[in-house]
Amino acid sequence: MRVAIAEDSVLLREGLAGLLERFGHTVVASVGDAPSLVAAVEEHRPDIVVVDVRMPPGFTDEGLRAALVLRVDHPDLAVLVLSQYVEQTYAAELLGSGRGAGIGYLLKERIGDVGEFVDALVRVAEGGTVVDPEVVRQLLSGRRDPLRRLTPRELEVLALIAEGRSNASIARALFVTDAAVAKHIASIFAKLDLPPAADGHRRVLAVLAFLQAEPR
Amino acid sequence: MRTRTALEALTLRPLSFLRSWWPWRSLAYLLSSALLGVTVAATAVSISLLGFVPLMAVIGIAAAGMVVPLVAGFERWRMRLVDSVPVTRVNAGRWREISLTLVSVLALWWIDLVVVCFSVGGPVVLILSPVLQPVEAGWPLAAALTASAAGLLLLPVAAYIVTAWAGAREAMIRALLAPREAELADVLRSRARLVDAFEMERRRIERDLHDGAQQRLVALSMKLGLARLDLPPDGPVAEQVAQAHEEAKRALAELRELIRGVHPQILTDRGLAAAARDTAGRSPVPVDVDLALPRRLPEAVEITAYYVVSEALSNIAKHSQASRAQVHGRLVDDMLIMEIRDDGVGGADPAGGTGLTGLADRVSVVDGRMALSSPAGGPTTMRVEIPCV
Repeated sequence: MRVAIAEDSVLLREGLAGLLERFGHTVVASVGDAPSLVAAVEEHRPDIVVVDVRMPPGFTDEGLRAALVLRVDHPDLAVLVLSQYVEQTYAAELLGSGRGAGIGYLLKERIGDVGEFVDALVRVAEGGTVVDPEVVRQLLSGRRDPLRRLTPRELEVLALIAEGRSNASIARALFVTDAAVAKHIASIFAKLDLPPAADGHRRVLAVLAFLQAEPR
Repeated sequence: MRTRTALEALTLRPLSFLRSWWPWRSLAYLLSSALLGVTVAATAVSISLLGFVPLMAVIGIAAAGMVVPLVAGFERWRMRLVDSVPVTRVNAGRWREISLTLVSVLALWWIDLVVVCFSVGGPVVLILSPVLQPVEAGWPLAAALTASAAGLLLLPVAAYIVTAWAGAREAMIRALLAPREAELADVLRSRARLVDAFEMERRRIERDLHDGAQQRLVALSMKLGLARLDLPPDGPVAEQVAQAHEEAKRALAELRELIRGVHPQILTDRGLAAAARDTAGRSPVPVDVDLALPRRLPEAVEITAYYVVSEALSNIAKHSQASRAQVHGRLVDDMLIMEIRDDGVGGADPAGGTGLTGLADRVSVVDGRMALSSPAGGPTTMRVEIPCV
């Protein structure tokens, strides 16, 4: 997999590059600010970019904005956004771009769990959606309108879908059978009014409904 | 709550009011000026009876220069009898002292005299009627005793009248003596500067933690994670490295919460509505956020309003036992009007050390106002208004 990294801390940038190469991925560019990232994507055409939210020159949310711009110009480019704090507002903005496919939003500290981090990166590169459990926890405590129709078990399943897990992985986490998970997921899709036609995207759409349900 | 002024004392339950010092203090307050009124009257009448009206005018004008500071000082000094809140010591200005003197000498002292005579003198005369009235056929002893009893019953009424007038009169004097807004503005501006300086400092700390400790801890956690891959999984070293790794992750989680508390970056990036929504998302009590703001607000307003929301929500989580809360906010004519409601048990008391007083202070620094309604049994509503110009 060809990866571009944008991260202003040299320590982390090099650590991250070393980590990815160790797992057999190619780091095609590793830059320290948002404009260089946009240039690097034009030049190297990576499969995925890993980008820090807060970067020079303004140290606010340049990385996130650059990611959104890149998604408009390259709808197929997978983006994994890292941040030292997560907010559901940013998650909703990110997932709104390109219907949420190939998007990841994780706390930077998840890099520490190297194996899981690289797994998440691969899932995103393959078009999956990965949202940090911390964001999911915030959303669950809010319990917005469309989600009130779900049972506690279905909410649990939806939270795991949002983390980018497969049916088999969800079944393992909840100690139930794959068939039971499939039944829960079908029920979630029905309750969130997701049409069968959108099948390939329904998991992503469910996560979007989860993120974007605004309190009324 | 402790009673601070005579006017507040009027709202006490009748028995505790009558047992308190407030009626007596009010009486002393009024008597001291009533006596002055009598003295001034006697002097004026005697001089004019002697026919020295021109002399009086001359003396009067000459004395005015001396009398004005004396009267103002005296009024200021005895305010403490009926109001324990000190008047802010600023130079009140000559004209205001002169008008205070005129109002006191020409009106207030006389009114005090009349109020004391009728409200206290009346009942006292009634009570003393068996002694004062000669017992005759037309005025039997029984009637005198009845009058006496009526007088006794009127005394509590007198206590209320005396206290009410003393309180109202003191409020008038305070309005005359208290510093005007222009004089307070300097103080407020310097407080606002202080708050700004604090806010700058918090941001600097947040940035330092973000760029320094947090990055290093992430790098450490990543190195430990990689080390775990290289170690045989069942060895004793692997166990220790795994523990160190967990510690590093816990430290990161704690640091993250700490940094958010120091300064929420999303407030700077996305404004009040987004920051309030995300804070609400962290609250254990479900919160409906309805903040419809057409534009970004001035920075100081955003920060203050954000602290109001986050403090209110944390109070709700800690004390209210509410099952649901609401944050509602609109911008009306350049005024941010925000209401935070919950369906909890109520009884929030600003004197109870729940941070409400500090919050009100912060709001007042940006010229805003905060009101709280929290009857025992709930619900609790906090309303904040902050001008955004």
